Amino acid sequence: MSASATVHEPRGAGRALESVAAWTLGVLWILPLAYAVWTAFHPAEFSTRFVPGAPLTLDNFVKAWNAAPFARYFVNTVVLVTTILAAQLVLVTLAAYAFARYRFPGDDVAFALVLVQLMIMPDVLIVENYRTMTVLGIKDTILSIGLPYMASAFGIFLLRQTFKTVPRELDEAARVEGCSSLQTLWKVYVPLAKPTYVAYALVSVSYHWNNFLWPLIITESVESRPVTVGLQVFASTDQGIDWSIITAATLLTTGPLLVAFLLFQRQFVQSFMRAGIK
Amino acid sequence: MLSRRLRQLAAAAAAAAVPVLAAAQATVEVPFFYPIAVGGPITKIIDGFAADFEKENPGVKLKPIYTGSYQDSIAKALTSVKSGDPPVTSILLSTDMYTLIDEDAIVPFDDLVKTPEDKAWLAGFYPGFMENSRTGGKTWGIPFQRSTVVLYWNKEMFKEAGLDPNRPPATWQEQLDYAQKLTRRDASGKVTQWGLQIPSSGFPYWLFQGLAIQNGVNLMNAAGTETYYDRPEVIGALQYWVDLARKHRVHPEGIVEWGTTPKDFFERKMAMMWTTTGNLTNVKNNAKFDFGVAMLPAGKQRGSPTGGGNFYIFKKSTPAQREAAFKFIKWVTQPARAAQWSIDTGYVAVSQAAYDTPAMKKYVSEFPAAAVARDQLPYAKAELSTHDNQRVTKALNDGLQAALTGTKTPEAAMRDAQREAERLLRAHRR
Amino acid sequence: MNRATQWIHAWLLLLPAAALLALFTHYPAVANLWHSFFSTPKGARPAVFVGLDNYRNLVDDPIFWQAFANNLWYALGTIPTSIAIAIAMAVWVNDRLPGRGFLRLAYFTPTVLPMIAVANIWLFFFTPEYGLLEQVTGALGFASHNWLGSKETALPALMVVTIWKEAGFFMIFYLAALQSMSPHLAEAAAIEGASRWYFFRRVTLPLLMPTTLFVLVNAVINAFRLVDHVFVMTRGGPDSATTLLLYYVYEIGFRFWDSAYAAALTMVLLALLAVVALAQFFFLDRKVHYQ
Repeated sequence: MSASATVHEPRGAGRALESVAAWTLGVLWILPLAYAVWTAFHPAEFSTRFVPGAPLTLDNFVKAWNAAPFARYFVNTVVLVTTILAAQLVLVTLAAYAFARYRFPGDDVAFALVLVQLMIMPDVLIVENYRTMTVLGIKDTILSIGLPYMASAFGIFLLRQTFKTVPRELDEAARVEGCSSLQTLWKVYVPLAKPTYVAYALVSVSYHWNNFLWPLIITESVESRPVTVGLQVFASTDQGIDWSIITAATLLTTGPLLVAFLLFQRQFVQSFMRAGIK
Repeated sequence: MLSRRLRQLAAAAAAAAVPVLAAAQATVEVPFFYPIAVGGPITKIIDGFAADFEKENPGVKLKPIYTGSYQDSIAKALTSVKSGDPPVTSILLSTDMYTLIDEDAIVPFDDLVKTPEDKAWLAGFYPGFMENSRTGGKTWGIPFQRSTVVLYWNKEMFKEAGLDPNRPPATWQEQLDYAQKLTRRDASGKVTQWGLQIPSSGFPYWLFQGLAIQNGVNLMNAAGTETYYDRPEVIGALQYWVDLARKHRVHPEGIVEWGTTPKDFFERKMAMMWTTTGNLTNVKNNAKFDFGVAMLPAGKQRGSPTGGGNFYIFKKSTPAQREAAFKFIKWVTQPARAAQWSIDTGYVAVSQAAYDTPAMKKYVSEFPAAAVARDQLPYAKAELSTHDNQRVTKALNDGLQAALTGTKTPEAAMRDAQREAERLLRAHRR
Repeated sequence: MNRATQWIHAWLLLLPAAALLALFTHYPAVANLWHSFFSTPKGARPAVFVGLDNYRNLVDDPIFWQAFANNLWYALGTIPTSIAIAIAMAVWVNDRLPGRGFLRLAYFTPTVLPMIAVANIWLFFFTPEYGLLEQVTGALGFASHNWLGSKETALPALMVVTIWKEAGFFMIFYLAALQSMSPHLAEAAAIEGASRWYFFRRVTLPLLMPTTLFVLVNAVINAFRLVDHVFVMTRGGPDSATTLLLYYVYEIGFRFWDSAYAAALTMVLLALLAVVALAQFFFLDRKVHYQ
């Protein structure tokens, strides 16, 4: 951005006012996380009292770790998220390529049928998908959590837009050099769409890391439960809520995602920008 | 030639394998659903039970499967019945009985109880618990991890309010008087300390049932086909609850969250709370003040609903499996074991004999609060359970919450709830 | 490459995605309709054809209508606010306000935290007497209020959580759009002496329209899809005041085990989403330039 572009940035009293507003909002937005950090690192009697100088402790983490198999839940979530993402990347790339560069009978209808999923997401079809998984005999597996999401309309739509911006000349040049369709896809289209892939991957990972309702329904055992369901099972006891342990468990299970975001937040925004999701 | 030798060898090997196979067939596998999330001390106790039982009963393989919350467990049990692969036995909510019968999933215990000893064993359970186990003259469930509602009070606050810290309220009137003395307001009239708190989120029916029984009626008939939500006694009980909050202002208005109620107690935001006996250990560990545990105060009579889980035996199992499961259930509910289970977990022991064991007597003398649930048991009644249980219960829950939040009068709320329950239960009366 | 092979190639490329889409989106939508005309099998009783019975029950079910109304209010209460906040956030983070690094981080964290976990934290914020909100309002001298425990404020309290969760996610899209806007526009406007607010209203906002459409669709879907916090904070209470349609589907399908009735209810949800899709297609799409 050039220096002169800053003329429309706030100045004087306006600037002060907007800064205050922005900061107020920022503090409000970070508050739950701040509370989680406070409560997780202090003994239970300080979970509702914010006294400076309260003793620090790691007890809550130890208790949370011992109270439920979070390590297993964590592994499940990582497996789940990577399986879904890997399948999505392959399926979405192939389908988007077909829609972007091929004309074939029924292509409009097929594309419309894909877009249906943008509205009617698997999250809403829980009753029937549960029935299907029972019939297929794969209920209570990590695969059954991921399957309904693997063909992603959002991904196909996004990538098709990107592929369409690839100049025809590049495509033709590759063909002249003797590349097959798949080779052209791999050598020309995929590298050019990298920002889109990154942006899409980030959305997908944060979505499935946090997904709850469908995994809650389709899983029954520790072996397949992701962290979200594990957290809920763990938090809803008859004995009432123990915020110290819940916040410790929350930080334990979302820590890696949070850290990854902290490290890559700039790239995150930039990939969105370059992916043209705007 | 070589091939013939090989064939002979193979035949010999096969013959040798036969007894092994036979032995394998003689082992009875008993998959056992237990409603808890894996991890924590309780799974270790259950695993210990299974190992000890197998040691005493060679030929039985007891397989505990930890199925999460009660809600998860009934879901898993029902779907496994539908897919044809149910457990042989499971602990599920005592209120799931009608659901399991309607789904044709379980068998009554009557066919398994043959000898006089078996009959004596069955007669040994507290009758209050057995009310949720019997219908149509048959016994479908065996009590195992059971609870009731009790009153916890903060002795320090009693002292501050000039009350005898060792004398809990015994009647509704006393409960109200005490609560009035215990409710504190600051200069601006804002309440800083409530007298009493009865949770009403999630499953308000359970706590409300205590009030209704105290006022003279339980909420349903023994066949699970009728509810009495609109009886004057029930409406009166609700009126008492609503008045505590809206008229006398000694109880928070609106819905009181079940999950935060113990925390409210620890934070000294209220002097008396109603909650489950299952919270005893939690309160013991977290209350930084002297507290007491008491039976719920009496209206026309004392009373509390029971709660918690029963053993069931599933229909889709071989006679040998049922026998093995039955044997295990008898084994694990023996007085000494039931007493130890109660001491370790805080659940109410299920028979008088368990309370008469030396271990239990010693525990009660050291920690008298543990005896309160037992003393209340003679007044305990069946937990609300009917056919189409979840919906019939929801009708009541919604009605209670409507009255407590002030959108309906207790009378209108209970009439609406009864009408909905009638509609749902009509089909089950034929 | 001749035509026929091209067609075959295209279909082969499409096949894996199409198969999964058909199995887990198109088939269930149709099967759902089919099953909604049958009764729920129970024990020894198999499912029988009951025609429109499930739908008739739906019309007579006051909780359904309540959930329906709740969901509309919920959509109305969350969508415009979260979009407005998202735009403000994006503009602020894009400008050189002091500490924009922190701000961007603060705004975005809710997206990374699982709803199910933060709902427990929000439960504390809304707890009467000693909850965070009460500590603040109490210090300011306001009377205590049972936010989640009264019918009037329970749903708005959930809306606040939703807005908090969504706004930062939407901000990213706006931020990307703002950063790719040409700086010459601002220069030109500055030369003509346009005020900051005028520039925002007449230049920035119209240029953000395609993003707004994209975000709007996302927000509408979320309003019908995201019910995680209901599980933790209110379980649909008090007296169904926070029962949203999808939560009611869950309750009927997986707690009452009435799959047929749940199927009929799901159809209502699908119909609502279809209306939104058509509205977007015929109405909004023409008004904005979609890239």
